[in-house]
Amino acid sequence: MKEIVINPITRIEGHAKVTIQLNEDLSVKEARFQVTDFRGFEKFTEGRPFYEMPSITSRACGICPVSHLLASAKACDEIVAVKVPPTAVKLRRLIHMGQMIQSHALNFFHLSAPDFLLGMDADPAIRNVFGLIEKNPDLARQGIRLRRFGQEIIENVAGKKIHSSEWIVPGGAKWPLTRERADYLKSNLPEALTTTLQTIGMFKTWFSGCTEEVATYGDFPSYYLGLVTADGGLEMYDGNIRVMDNDGNIVADQLDPDKYLDYIGEAVEPYSYMKFPYYKPLGYPAGMYRVGPLARLNISSHCGTPLADEELKEFKKLGKNGVVQSTFHYHYARLIETLFCIEKAKELLEDPEILSEHVCRKVYANNNEGVGVAEAPRGTLIHHYKVDDNGMITKVNMIIATEHNNLAYNKAVTQVAQKYVKAETLTEGMLNRVESVIRSFDPCLSCATHAVGQMPLDIQLLDSQGKQLDRKTR
Amino acid sequence: MSAGTVKLKIDNIEVNVPEGTMILEAARANGVVIPTLCDVEGLTAYGGCRMCMVEIHGSPKLFASCVTPVSTGMEIVTQSDKLKEYRKMALQFILSERSHICSVCVANNSCELQKLANELGVDHVQFEREWTSFPVDSTHDFLVLDRNRCILCTRCVRVCDEIEGVHTLDLKLRGKDEQVIVDLDDQWGESTSCTSCRKCAKVCPVGAIYVEGEALSETKDKNVAKFVLSRRNR
Repeated sequence: MKEIVINPITRIEGHAKVTIQLNEDLSVKEARFQVTDFRGFEKFTEGRPFYEMPSITSRACGICPVSHLLASAKACDEIVAVKVPPTAVKLRRLIHMGQMIQSHALNFFHLSAPDFLLGMDADPAIRNVFGLIEKNPDLARQGIRLRRFGQEIIENVAGKKIHSSEWIVPGGAKWPLTRERADYLKSNLPEALTTTLQTIGMFKTWFSGCTEEVATYGDFPSYYLGLVTADGGLEMYDGNIRVMDNDGNIVADQLDPDKYLDYIGEAVEPYSYMKFPYYKPLGYPAGMYRVGPLARLNISSHCGTPLADEELKEFKKLGKNGVVQSTFHYHYARLIETLFCIEKAKELLEDPEILSEHVCRKVYANNNEGVGVAEAPRGTLIHHYKVDDNGMITKVNMIIATEHNNLAYNKAVTQVAQKYVKAETLTEGMLNRVESVIRSFDPCLSCATHAVGQMPLDIQLLDSQGKQLDRKTR
Repeated sequence: MSAGTVKLKIDNIEVNVPEGTMILEAARANGVVIPTLCDVEGLTAYGGCRMCMVEIHGSPKLFASCVTPVSTGMEIVTQSDKLKEYRKMALQFILSERSHICSVCVANNSCELQKLANELGVDHVQFEREWTSFPVDSTHDFLVLDRNRCILCTRCVRVCDEIEGVHTLDLKLRGKDEQVIVDLDDQWGESTSCTSCRKCAKVCPVGAIYVEGEALSETKDKNVAKFVLSRRNR
């Protein structure tokens, strides 16, 4: 048996490598996505006061700290057992929209667009955001500005662009939003909306011409999991869990996120620090499901904002029974969600209650346990804490969005490798296509291993005896 | 020169101060700034943090200016490369002894240790760090004691004893294991002597004692000892 290893993988968040096992005839047997770092947040937070958790756990990530802040604060809300003031909920939702916009824009414009616009086989020296700036400066500028708009929502509401952990507190938020800041954000909405609509138009034209990538980029059936509103609409902050099969049947609906352990199991494999969550009723590894933008749009009957709803109808036409299974369409889903978030941010900013000053109450630990679930840009994020009577953490379990997709990564990587890797050596095009399918998921491995570091790529190609034939690293 | 007055030079400035004055006080009275961490006006000097070290002409040793009285003819240097090196070193020892992580600390941006590290340019710790995990005592209704952030400056112990007058707080063990304790090493929530006056939180230079739910910037009041004394001695 032969094996190829791609290590490290570039333009994603975190450290990973890919190992491709070959058969005797050099065809691809199996490919594995391996996450090589370990951080241990669940362990080192033991013994800390619960109210430090939003601050500590948000440091798992610099891209989506807001998601951790929210999931963590929601878990803490349950520990303090108070009803969060409505304005604080709206402000939390607002920074969440900002986070989705900035994270989705980062993946699309900075990390993924170079593949679409410069070509899968282009020289890696130019196939990056700088190459994009040279080739299409207007698009690059718009993308960077869109991301900045998302960051500015977070900064204006919560004080800092990254790790605004002083603002979010168990039971609410530390300070209200001022009218000036709200007005400033409102004034920037039209540009963000225009950029997003233009990009959606451009992207649709582009992908209609690349059916091969669409068909081979992790186009496989799986279950889909995420939060939905009470009437089955797109939900990112609150709501309950829905699970859908690949034919569009809702197999479970309005599951209580607090009881996630009843329906989500976590398996461990010796080759990766990232755990393998699975849908318990189907067992492991059959219970493979996907989360994130693609899954959220698959399970949601509607978005709840006019422009995003129009786009969602088109999206659902791409699949059978409204279920889109190609991983490639994570990109399209991400753009539709960006549209939704901009519309939703507008709605929130125009709500007079958003300026109310009642955002926080004095709170203490009243419960010994709390679960907080929110939709991170990459999917469903779960924080689960247990505390002693004095509010000191005794046990932590975090399931990160990226982890849910772990089984799907291996499936997708195998599929792409089987299609494009056909030799004992690796070419740049092969390498990048394998990376690119991973990028479609927009994994955040620093979060998922709760691991440190940047994300270079390491791919190894092993023969049927396990001997290394080729290895490419960046 | 009147009787009981001492004449000396601090950083080449000629100063006259009453006999028995500590060098730190004399410097302050004459506008010379010496960095400190354990010092609080109104409390007995402790000499523990070693930030206020100065050079005295004619001696190879360094002196803690908060506990060294002035004498006639002294020539004192408060800023030099050597002193800066020693202060940086002492600060790194403090930082390496406990789990100081500014980003998740209640004292972030209003911490005296952090401020001093910035001023002295301590952006790395060259010694292996201890990464302690002492238990955090949050049994009190609103006061929290996190020994992992304590720099053992004893401000809390002194304010509790000398100003509030109850001596609830004290120290146990020695060296890097030394810790602030409540009564006879009890849980704070069970303390029979604590009056919950929160002066300890007001004077803590770091985030080791704080009021739950309050940023240290809201709690902090380094002048509390001086204020209480001025009222008491009216």
